[in-house]
Amino acid sequence: MSTMTDPPKADFRLSMLINDTRYRSLTFQVIAAIVIALSIWYLGNNLIQNLRAAGLNISYAFLGDSSGYDINQRLIEYDSQSSHGRAAVVGILNTLLVAFLACITATIFGVIAGVLRLSNNWLVSKLMAVYVEIFRNIPVLIWIIIIFTIMTAVLPGPRAFRGDNPTSSMLFDLFAFTNRGVYVPRPEFAHGLFGPAVLNWILVLAVLVGSWFATREIDKRATKTQEETGERPKTTLLNLAVWLVPFVILMFLMGLTWNVPELKGFNFSGGIKVGGPLIALWFALSIYTGAFIAENVRAGIQAISKGQTEAAAALGLRPGRIMNLVILPQALRVIIPPLISQYLNITKNSSLAIAVGYADITATLGGITLNQTGRAIECVLLLMLFYLTASLLISMVMNIYNASVKLKER
Amino acid sequence: MADQTTNPIAFVADGTIPPSPPPASQTGIIKWMRENLFSGVTNTILTVLSLMLIYVLLRNTLPWILNGVWNADSLAQCREILDGKTGACFAVLTERWHQLIYGFKYPDDAYWRPNLAFVLMLVAAAPVLFFDLPRKMLLFTALYPFVAFWLIWGGAIMVPVVALLGCVAAGAVFQKFGRNSFATGFFGAIIVALVVWNVGGALIPEDANEGAMLSAVPSRDLGGFMLNLMLGVTCVSLSLPLGIALALGRQSDMPLIKWVCVIFIEFIRGVPLITLLFVASVMLAYFFPPDSTVDLFLRVVIMITMFSAAYIAEVIRGGLAALPRGQYEAADSLGLDYPQAMRLIILPQALKISIPGIVNVAVGLFKDTTLVSVISMFDLVGMIRGPILASTEWNGVYWELLGFAALLFFVVCYGISQYSQWLERRLATDHH
Repeated sequence: MSTMTDPPKADFRLSMLINDTRYRSLTFQVIAAIVIALSIWYLGNNLIQNLRAAGLNISYAFLGDSSGYDINQRLIEYDSQSSHGRAAVVGILNTLLVAFLACITATIFGVIAGVLRLSNNWLVSKLMAVYVEIFRNIPVLIWIIIIFTIMTAVLPGPRAFRGDNPTSSMLFDLFAFTNRGVYVPRPEFAHGLFGPAVLNWILVLAVLVGSWFATREIDKRATKTQEETGERPKTTLLNLAVWLVPFVILMFLMGLTWNVPELKGFNFSGGIKVGGPLIALWFALSIYTGAFIAENVRAGIQAISKGQTEAAAALGLRPGRIMNLVILPQALRVIIPPLISQYLNITKNSSLAIAVGYADITATLGGITLNQTGRAIECVLLLMLFYLTASLLISMVMNIYNASVKLKER
Repeated sequence: MADQTTNPIAFVADGTIPPSPPPASQTGIIKWMRENLFSGVTNTILTVLSLMLIYVLLRNTLPWILNGVWNADSLAQCREILDGKTGACFAVLTERWHQLIYGFKYPDDAYWRPNLAFVLMLVAAAPVLFFDLPRKMLLFTALYPFVAFWLIWGGAIMVPVVALLGCVAAGAVFQKFGRNSFATGFFGAIIVALVVWNVGGALIPEDANEGAMLSAVPSRDLGGFMLNLMLGVTCVSLSLPLGIALALGRQSDMPLIKWVCVIFIEFIRGVPLITLLFVASVMLAYFFPPDSTVDLFLRVVIMITMFSAAYIAEVIRGGLAALPRGQYEAADSLGLDYPQAMRLIILPQALKISIPGIVNVAVGLFKDTTLVSVISMFDLVGMIRGPILASTEWNGVYWELLGFAALLFFVVCYGISQYSQWLERRLATDHH
C-alpha cells in the first residue's frame, strides 16, 4: 500500500517479515500454505487409518457389478442385471429430464406471474403477489411432498376406471390420471422411413430446424425489401406454410398414429406412462421456482425506466412494438442472468427426488447403490462431480451470454 | 352590497359557486373499481377469472377448515365426529403437538428448557435486529449461545462455562494485543482459547453428567420444529463471520488465499445441499480421528454452515464490489492498515448493501433445514413423514400436517423478509 521512494538498504531483520509490506503477504501465504498442508495431512491420515480399520479401500470397480435393483422411470434400457454404472447413467438422464422439463414450465409460470403482477388490475396483481409470497416462503421439499401426496392420495386408482359405471373417466378419452402415474398418448410411426424409431424422430427434428431456418431467411428478405422500398411484405401466411406444410407431409408419409392408453385388466397399457414421482417433482419445482422467476421478471421490467416507454411512444411506436423493440431487449439483459441461476437451482433442487422416490442420480448412485455397496466415499464423490460439472457448464453458458449482451461501450 | 339595490342588472354573481361533488361513477369505490378492475375487456375477463379462482379455492377449503375437529384420539374418531361432513382433523396437531415441536424423544419433563431457550433467543436477538435498543443488551447476546446450549442439551454446567471462559480469555487477549497488530491479537486469541478449552476439558470429570442440575439430552433426541430452528439459527450465525472472511479472502491480493477461497466457494455452490448432507451422514466420520465420535447434529451443522457461508460470501463480495474505489483509496490515504480499513470503512458500507442478499440466504437456508429429514433426522418434515403418518391412529391425515408445516415456515420466513425490508428503509441514509 505504502510507496517508498527510497527503499531502505538496511539488513534484513526477522520483524520485517510481519511489519514490512514487501514481505508481509509472502509471510501470510507461507503460513496459510503450512496450515492447509497440515489440515490435509491430518484429514488424509485420519481417512487412511479409518479405512484401514474398516477394511475398506477406495475403488470404483463396484460400478461394473450387477446392481440388482429395478428402476421404474427410465429413458434407456435397464434391468436389475445391469451394472451400478448403468444405473448411475439412468439416474443422470432422469435428473436431466426433470431439470429440463421443470426449466421450461418454471419459465412459463414465472413470466406469466411476473407480467401479471405488474398488471393494472388490482385483483390480479394482488393474487400474483400472494402466489409469489406463498411459494417463496415455504420449503420446496414440503411442496414436493404435498404434490406427491395429491398424486398418490387424491387421484383415483386404475380400479376406479373399470366396470360399467366407472367413478372416474379418462380426460377426452386420451389422458388417464391415476395414482400410479399419468398416461398420455404416444405418437408412433406406422411406416417410418428408417428402421429405428430414433432416426425417424431425428428426421422430424431436422425438418423442424429446416423450417426455422427458412422462416428466418424469409424475415430477413422482408426486412431487406422494407429497407429498400419502405413497404414490408406480409410474411405471416408464408411463414405458417413453411412451418406446417413440410411437417404435415412428413407425418403423412411416415403414417403418424397415436397409441392411446387403454385399461387392460388391472392397469393401463399403451401410451406413455409418466410416473407420479416425476410429475410431483416436475410440477413442484416449476411452481416453486416460477415464483422466484416471477420476481426476476418483475424486477427486470421495472428496471427499465419509464422514460424509455415514453420516448418510444413519442416516436410513434404501438404498445406491442414498444414492448418488443424497446423494453424487452433491455429487460432481458437484466432478467437472463438471474434466470439462468434459477435454472441452476432447479438442477440442484432436483436432487430432492430422493424424497419421493424418483430415480434421479441422487436416488440411484447416492441412495440405493451407496446403501448396497457401502462405498460411501466413492458414491458421494461421483455425485458431487456430476453436479459440479453440470453447474460449471451452466455458468459457462451464462458467462458467454453475459459477454454477448453486455453494453458495447467504447 | 349597498349598490345592489340601485343596479339595474338583475343578477350578478358575487362569488364562486361551490364545487359540486363528482358524479357517482367518478368517485369512491366505484371509480376505484372502474379504474382497477374493469378498465377494459381484458381486465374485466381477468377480474372475473380471478374471482372465480378465489371462489373455488374458498369453497373447497373454508368448510374443511371451519368444520375442523380439534379433539380426538385418532383419525377414525375424527371421522365419527364429523359424521360424513367435510372437515379437517386438526386433532392430530393438538394430540401430537409435542412431537411436532420437540421431536419424539426429547424428555417430557424438560419441554420448558427449549421453550425458555426460545424466549431468551428472542431477547438475545433483539439488540442485534433492532439497534435502537440499549447496547448493553449485547452482553446478554454474547452469553446466549452458552446459556442455550446448557438449557437444551443439559448435562454438566462446566462444559458451557469452560467454553465461555475460553472465549472471554480470547477476547481479552485480542483487546490487549489486537490494538497494535491485528494479526498478533487474532492468532494470540485463537491459541489462548484452545489452551483454555483443552485444560478446562481435561478438568471436567468423565461422570460430570451424573446428577447434573439439568439432565443431559443427547443430540439424537432433538427433533421437530425445534431442530429446524436450532439448525437455522446456529448455521446462519456461524456462517456470517465465515462468509465475510471468505469474501475478503476472494478479494485478496495474495494468490494462494484468493484461489483457496475461490475453489471453496465455487465447489460448495456447485453441488446441492443434499450431497453435502450425505457427506455429513456417511463420509465425514472418516475424516475424524479413529476413536472420536462426533455426533450427527454437529456434522450437519458443519456442512450446512459451510454451505451457507459460500453463498453469504458471494453476496458480500457483491457488496464489496459495489463500493466505489474511492472508499478504499480514502482509507489508504488516512493511513489505516488493512484490518482497520475493513473494520471502520469498507465492511460497514458493504454489509449494509448486502443486507437483502444476506437475508435471502438466511431464509433459503432456514427452508433448506427441512432437507435433514432425507438423512433420517427427525425435523418437522421428518416427524410428519415418519412417526406421525406411519402411526395407526393418524395414517392418512396428510393435509392438516403438511398445511401446519407449511404455515409454520411461511410465518417465520415471511416475518424475516418483512424485517429485512424494514431494515433496508431504516438504513437508507443516502438522499434521493
